[in-house]
Amino acid sequence: MTPTVYLLLSALLFTIGAVGVLVRRNAIVVFMCIELMLNAVNLTLVTFARINGSLDGQVMAFFVMVVAAAEVVVGLAIIMSIFRTRRSASVDDSNLLKY
Amino acid sequence: MTATHLAAQQVAEVTEATGVAGSAWLLILFPVIGAAVLLLGGKATDAWGHLLGCLTIVASFVYGVMLFFSSTGLPEDQRVQNLKLFDWIPVSQLQVEFGLRIDPLSISFVLLITGVGALIHIYSIGYMADDPDRRRFFGYFNLFVAAMLILVLGNGFVTLYLGWEGVGLASYLLIGWYTNRPSAATAAKKAFLMNRVGDVGLAIAIFIMFSELGTTQYTEVFGNLDQLSPATVTALTLLLLLGACGKSGQFPLQAWLPDAMEGPTPVSALIHAATMVTAGVYLVARSNPIYMESADGRLVVVIIGAVTLLIGAIIGCAYDDIKKVLAYSTVSQIGYMMLAVGLGPFGFALGIMHLLTHGFFKAGLFLGAGSVMHAMNDEVDMRKYGGLARIMPVTFVTFGFGYLALIGIPPFSGFFSKDAIIEAAFGEPGWRGWVFGGAALLAAGLTAFYMTRLMFMTFFGKQRWKELKSEDGRDFHPHESSSVMTVPMIVLAIGSIGAGWFFAGGDRLADWLAPSLGSLEESETFVIDPALIPWLTVGLSLVGVLIAWLAVGRRDVPEVAPDPVSFPVRAARKDLYGNALNEALVARPGTWLARALVYVDNKGVDGIVNGIAAALGGSSGRLRRLQTGFVRSYAATMLGGSILVLIAFLAVRYA
Repeated sequence: MTPTVYLLLSALLFTIGAVGVLVRRNAIVVFMCIELMLNAVNLTLVTFARINGSLDGQVMAFFVMVVAAAEVVVGLAIIMSIFRTRRSASVDDSNLLKY
Repeated sequence: MTATHLAAQQVAEVTEATGVAGSAWLLILFPVIGAAVLLLGGKATDAWGHLLGCLTIVASFVYGVMLFFSSTGLPEDQRVQNLKLFDWIPVSQLQVEFGLRIDPLSISFVLLITGVGALIHIYSIGYMADDPDRRRFFGYFNLFVAAMLILVLGNGFVTLYLGWEGVGLASYLLIGWYTNRPSAATAAKKAFLMNRVGDVGLAIAIFIMFSELGTTQYTEVFGNLDQLSPATVTALTLLLLLGACGKSGQFPLQAWLPDAMEGPTPVSALIHAATMVTAGVYLVARSNPIYMESADGRLVVVIIGAVTLLIGAIIGCAYDDIKKVLAYSTVSQIGYMMLAVGLGPFGFALGIMHLLTHGFFKAGLFLGAGSVMHAMNDEVDMRKYGGLARIMPVTFVTFGFGYLALIGIPPFSGFFSKDAIIEAAFGEPGWRGWVFGGAALLAAGLTAFYMTRLMFMTFFGKQRWKELKSEDGRDFHPHESSSVMTVPMIVLAIGSIGAGWFFAGGDRLADWLAPSLGSLEESETFVIDPALIPWLTVGLSLVGVLIAWLAVGRRDVPEVAPDPVSFPVRAARKDLYGNALNEALVARPGTWLARALVYVDNKGVDGIVNGIAAALGGSSGRLRRLQTGFVRSYAATMLGGSILVLIAFLAVRYA
């Protein structure tokens, strides 16, 4: 199997994630789409590490995972508190910060 | 005689002032102290303010007399003295010193200003007795005298300019004295503005002196005139003349002087007849070395003088307001002085002589008019007077002497000074002699006419005021004025009798002034026999008197001015359209210009500034709608931006 296939897969996953962030309203789903994009990038990094035969990409992927884990903790906490105050997890409802 | 020779003769040796002349600043200090105490002291000085005001001027006069005798004690070539007081404006190239020039010309003016000034101050005690602000009046009056003394005593053009503006300020304050009369406020503003027009000319002349010669002191300017091109000298003469025209009410800036009669009568007598309005003549006479270098400049001075003396005399014939007749008479007489000083060495001393005699008799006439007005509830319309000679004998006799002096009947003072000017005007060669001499002669006849008319309407005929009431509804009860007013009038009347004979006898005044003005010369190019001219002048004056008797004196004067009247009378009543001309040529275009500029400023300059602000405000109002508050739209923006960056990278990489 050529590594190109992995890159195509990660591009596909990233696109799905990006479109999900843009079109979905549920904060949890948006959040999951962000995770999808992060992991698509991880896949790319690992693939390039394999292609180039170096460990740099894999190290980067570990960093991303750590950051993603931290982000999940903070993000989910925010979503929870929003849901508690508004009884809704729709991202369009929290639109007070505007003109 | 060549111009350079004349110039060499003009610049007399200047010596340092010592002795009495060394403390000549006291002359100015007295009235300055008076003005300061009276204006800053407030109501506390009300009780004795008028006495202090008179005292300071009398003190200056006494000092002036001492100065005169100390000067006559000197040899003739040491009479031009310079007294440096302090460095006034020491800035790099611009070194202006404040100092006094004490010479026969300035001493003559000092004696006129303080002498006539003291008399008019004393008269004002009586005239202004009913005015609650009499103390302030004396403060302004002292301020005027101080400024006028700075004007005539200064030893440079900048010092002269200081006094020039000072008298303008005092004149403005005193014309607008009756603050409850809108016409007085307007007249004051008019005087101030029209004076500014002339002052611009004087200021530019001073700038030219500074830029071309690097100095504005008389001694240095007059000594270095040969460094200037003839065109520059002519420009200087014309600009100085513009200044003189503004201050002296000469054509085309004559319109403010008659309006200035809105002020109290002592003001008209001192400022607008005897002293301030003659400052223009002083300026030309003082600048005589400059005028000696430019025949064209002198010719323009003569033309202005001739035009003005005719204008003044013609308009004077038509007015019924006693003060306006006297005001136009002043305009006309200053025209004579201008004409004289424009004649160069043939006339400088004659102009100053007429100025001094005029100072006496015109001040006397104004004080007499003030006395009449005082008796007649401040009525100025001569048609409401009549038959006052019996009731006010002192006023009548003193006024009569002033009248005889003004119309030039020998041996009164005006005859000697005015006849000499007419004679000198006929001494010009060719057509100029005929035109200028003829104009001066004709105006002498007109002067006799309007003054005789004034005399008849005021002092003779039916007592028309008996059936009339004044504007505030009171009956007229004319009475002779108190002695504090009549004594100055008597003194001035004595001056009107004796001054001309005294000045002209043996060329006394001309010889005295020679160190300042150069010696007086006799023309050799008379267009008619000079021995004939006095006969012509007096004859024409008598014809004027006769016509006035035929037209006014032998019949009843109507109490309302006849209307309609012939064109010349109508024109003269409208100041020969002088005001209309100013209005059409200056005021209207000025208003239009101002309106156009306001329009450009509002619509153009403000439009650009406001337009930029509105465009920015409007566009930012639309742009802020981009901030929707939806997270997704921000995410889309970020995505779009990232894609753009990516495209840019790729484009750079592969293009």
